[in-house]
Amino acid sequence: MRRFALIALPYAWLLALFLVPFIIVLKISLSDIDLAIPPYTPTLDVSEGWAGIKAFFRALDFENFVFLTTDDLYWKAYISSLKIAFIATLLTLLVGYPIAYGMANAPDHWRPTLMMLVILPFWTSFLIRVYSWMGILSTEGYLNQFLLSLGLISEPLTILNTPTAVYIGIVYTYLPFMILPIYSALERMDGSLLEAAEDLGCSRLKAFWLITIPLSKTGIIAGCFLVFIPTIGEFVIPSLLGGSQTLMIGKVLWEEFFNNRDWPVAGAVAVVLLLILIIPIVLFQRNEQKQRELEG
Amino acid sequence: MRHLIMTTTAALALGAITASAEEVRVYNWSDYIDEALLEKFETETGLDLIYDVFDSNEVLETKMLAGGSGYDVVVPSGTFLQRQITAGAFQKLDMDKLPNHANMWDVVSSRTEQYDPDNAYSINYMWGTTGIGANVGKVKELLGEDAPLDSLELVLNPENMQKLGDCGVHFLDAPAEMIPMVLKYIGEDPDSHDPEVIAKAEPILMAIRPYIQKFHSSEYINGLANGDICVAVGWSGDILQARDRAAEADNGVEIVYNAAKEGAQMWFDQMAIPVDAPNPDGAHVFLNFIMDAQNMAAASNYVYYANGNKASQEYLVEDVIGDPAIYPDAATLDNLFTTTPYPAKVQRVVTRLWTKIKSGT
Repeated sequence: MRRFALIALPYAWLLALFLVPFIIVLKISLSDIDLAIPPYTPTLDVSEGWAGIKAFFRALDFENFVFLTTDDLYWKAYISSLKIAFIATLLTLLVGYPIAYGMANAPDHWRPTLMMLVILPFWTSFLIRVYSWMGILSTEGYLNQFLLSLGLISEPLTILNTPTAVYIGIVYTYLPFMILPIYSALERMDGSLLEAAEDLGCSRLKAFWLITIPLSKTGIIAGCFLVFIPTIGEFVIPSLLGGSQTLMIGKVLWEEFFNNRDWPVAGAVAVVLLLILIIPIVLFQRNEQKQRELEG
Repeated sequence: MRHLIMTTTAALALGAITASAEEVRVYNWSDYIDEALLEKFETETGLDLIYDVFDSNEVLETKMLAGGSGYDVVVPSGTFLQRQITAGAFQKLDMDKLPNHANMWDVVSSRTEQYDPDNAYSINYMWGTTGIGANVGKVKELLGEDAPLDSLELVLNPENMQKLGDCGVHFLDAPAEMIPMVLKYIGEDPDSHDPEVIAKAEPILMAIRPYIQKFHSSEYINGLANGDICVAVGWSGDILQARDRAAEADNGVEIVYNAAKEGAQMWFDQMAIPVDAPNPDGAHVFLNFIMDAQNMAAASNYVYYANGNKASQEYLVEDVIGDPAIYPDAATLDNLFTTTPYPAKVQRVVTRLWTKIKSGT
């Protein structure tokens, strides 16, 4: 009984927080736009009984998904989002790994403080932190004033409303999600392995490459997923820091939902986005499992 | 323990009931009222007023169509109001509870009837025009003394825009107003719903797009007032607020607002009561309070927008009632046009065109 509860709990969690919302979005994506409350049709009318349910299913169709293929805007936005998410994840890894490495190698009594410093920004609203970047990066902003006063530049740099600002915003916002899993992987690592490698004639750099990196692989993968997945659908950072030329799928979704009031097409965009994310992740995990079996 | 939970729940439920009976929740545009009026309403009526703001019709409409917004009074613009009435989002007003309705001005009511037949669902709060705000000194410096400040040539002719670009030009991020403006400029029907006619706006906008610094619907107020930008296509009252802020700051910036001489769009913001408003009685009390001549005049005197209330006119300051940019004379009034809501298919064409203008894709 207890065992059943242990298994049932995570499944109930998945069902309530993932599957049910997904089915609702899928249902909307198969509906048609309508001027009503809510703004789509058909809606399920349970009072009609079995006939109502049948009529409901008969009215569902895939035309919104077909529509997505007729305009290259959607594909361009998906590709552009994937590209931005990929580069941003790479940058976050490059910045985050050394921090996690430093934390894991810091003296024991420092670690809680360092951990605190990584988590501390979460105590302020995410929106306020992104807004602050607008003040830092604008033409008259602190960064430009600082660089001008140092004499490093003679003309203010245009950073705000460019893709650079979007990358800065994403790396800043998601950095803790990269640091924490890598840190926890590095912290568990057995230091004697490195000593053994050096005893056997490995240079420190080579030991880092051959031992530390592979042993922190799980942390790197977890961190990359935690950054990559939310970044693809990111809306707030590109709309505040990016210019109108920064095309991302989150923005397209917003326009479908608010400007076109077309919830069904917005639903279709969201379902496709989910598929784009889930299929590679499932394939990746399968591959991992197979490798583990082979090694085992 | 269970007893404690039950008591707490009961207390909460009771609290919710009594609170909703005394609360009126209003959802209005940002920077759109004299806040002293909100306090006056609470003192006069004893009702608690919860006042939230938005800055785009789209956000309001999505809340209305999703249902259960929890608001008692909302303020959509004409075309959006019409579509939401069709969707069944509003309830009919109970005129018996609105004795101040007699104060309304027929010149405005007759125009709002095209959105809300018989004005059965809404009252006019304010109205205005969409036009051009310009920093007089800088524009004349760049384009010469005879710069066309009152013409669409200023913002839609690439030759002028090229010279103004570096100085900063903002456009509203509101396709339903920018595209009719372009159509008017090229001599088409601004209210056209024909996708082929709407497509004619594209080359005009694409030609000036490189010189537009930003598409935004509220930043231009500060931008113009501080002298950060030179020209904004925006809403009359907002630009006039910028003009006054600049004058107060005494920073040498002189802003002028013009409804384009080729013809400008006239719009109406209407107060209405959602069909599922928790406190419709309180909503009527609020509408009646707003239609009071002195209250409405106080609001207009504060935000520099004209209102649809005839009786309020004797309380308006000369700065407002005497300014043809706010209360246009008969000739200008004839030159203003209104638009009707786009059907869903056409809306998609308009949004797509707008995305293309903004993102280049």
